[in-house]
Amino acid sequence: MGKPIASIVSAGISKFGVREGLYCRELFAEAAKEAFDSCPNLDPRRDIKALFVGMMSEAYEHQAHVAPLFLDWIGLLPVPAFRTEGACASSSVAMRTAIFSIASGAFDVVLVGGVEKMTHLNTTGVTEILGMASDFAFEQWHGISFPGIFGMMAVDHMHKYGTTEEQLAKVAVKNHEHGALNPKAHFQKRISVDEVLASKPVAWPLKLYDCCPRSDGASCLILTSPRIAKKFTDTPVNIIGTGQAQDTLGLFERNDFSSMNVTKLAAQQAYKMAGVEPRDIQVAELHDCFTIAEIIAYEDLQFCKPGKGGQLIDEGATKLGGRIPVNPSGGLKAKGHPVGATGTAQACEIYMQLTNQAGRRQVTDAQIGLSENVGGSASTGVVHIYQRGD
Amino acid sequence: MLADLPQPESSTFTNAGTNSLKTTTTVTARESNPPFILDEEGKIMPTIENFYNYCAIGKLMGVKCTSCGTLTCPPRGICQNCLGTGIEWVQLKGDGVLLTYTVIHFPPTQFLSLAPYAVGIVKLEEGPNLPAMIKNINFDHLKIGISLQIDFETAAPEEWPKWPRYFFKPRT
Repeated sequence: MGKPIASIVSAGISKFGVREGLYCRELFAEAAKEAFDSCPNLDPRRDIKALFVGMMSEAYEHQAHVAPLFLDWIGLLPVPAFRTEGACASSSVAMRTAIFSIASGAFDVVLVGGVEKMTHLNTTGVTEILGMASDFAFEQWHGISFPGIFGMMAVDHMHKYGTTEEQLAKVAVKNHEHGALNPKAHFQKRISVDEVLASKPVAWPLKLYDCCPRSDGASCLILTSPRIAKKFTDTPVNIIGTGQAQDTLGLFERNDFSSMNVTKLAAQQAYKMAGVEPRDIQVAELHDCFTIAEIIAYEDLQFCKPGKGGQLIDEGATKLGGRIPVNPSGGLKAKGHPVGATGTAQACEIYMQLTNQAGRRQVTDAQIGLSENVGGSASTGVVHIYQRGD
Repeated sequence: MLADLPQPESSTFTNAGTNSLKTTTTVTARESNPPFILDEEGKIMPTIENFYNYCAIGKLMGVKCTSCGTLTCPPRGICQNCLGTGIEWVQLKGDGVLLTYTVIHFPPTQFLSLAPYAVGIVKLEEGPNLPAMIKNINFDHLKIGISLQIDFETAAPEEWPKWPRYFFKPRT
């Protein structure tokens, strides 16, 4: 097993969903306060040496320069604050930056998180801002939206492997089932395969219930050097593997639309660093922005062979109680996808799972977890591997 | 008309992977209708703006690396194969086959009036992939592998970006 690179000693997550009248700074403060309050041994002003925050776009809320703003709102001025942007993987990139800052010895305790405020805009407005993370000159300019990009991936996957619309629907059904057990989730309601199939078309073969919602929310973690983690908690979670890769912004400039090279490469790095195999993973949070993305992620992370993602969902292997539970939080699909918050929200869920704090959605005795977060049409991909540190 | 124009320096030119190109030429700004962006030597730079300037005169153009012969469309100033920066413009036929597609029902704001519309990624005969809308097609006829050809909108926006759009349609 690999050596701990950094340790999570506390986590906080705001309620995800339509948070009417609350803006990013307020949502971020809600998550940060929960992380502070869950860690009585932490004195935030004394201990936290830096903030790393992921947020996708200034356009949602007409607010840039957010790192000092959030830092101020949580009362931590004047320590350095860094913002990263990697579209829907913004806070996973923040997390890697934070990990490196700890590994380098620059800081021993940092706050890392992410946030986005989206629901005050209508669907077309949000579609347009999200679309900015695709290639403006050759995709957006020709009317290609993000659901459109993932729709094209789905068409290719279905053509190549015979994946069906029912299999896509089952991902949504599973994640809603899990979301119903998560009090912080945007949607806490079960849905049926028939409801998914009958929902309005968005970008064929993707229908409304194949798509994650636009949500408001924030998430954060207290990361420390593994050396001092036990000063803050008896049950830290160690990050033992991390990987990241990039790909073309435009989907069209790739050779294969039915897999995500960034996920494959990031996973290879993370598995190697952690010294674990795909079969060792006991719980995973994957990037199901659209149902097809979770199916593809199964394959790229080697939870199954290429083309067998549909079969894996058919078998129920990725449900709570299955061989490898995926998205016990409800995933982006049901927990919600405030894009900048998603990466660290995945890490929060794995932290809760590995410390037995996940309540009704607890995976029994999980020791090793994984998160996979992609940005845009998988132009950024980040994978983290975690292990119980007690 | 093109014969009158200065030809590229061909001595350093290697011809890897370019056999399928029907038309190979360097076009200078004399041909330009919209203002092309030129480098210090007066050559048309391999930029997005110039790619769309060519679209405005009904031409789909890519660039060929003068070091390794790699063809790139849309154009880039640095060859993704060898990092070379010498290029020459190459006209592409605009014929290709559909690699993947979707029909968009919930579009970004400016495309609302067009929905539902089909988009896809087309593999051009010469090699590169290009995404665009697919028009003049019954959605039931969309299928991976069908033959398509490019066409150009005649109008372009008046404010930035003034890029005229191209689209694909069933090959006639």
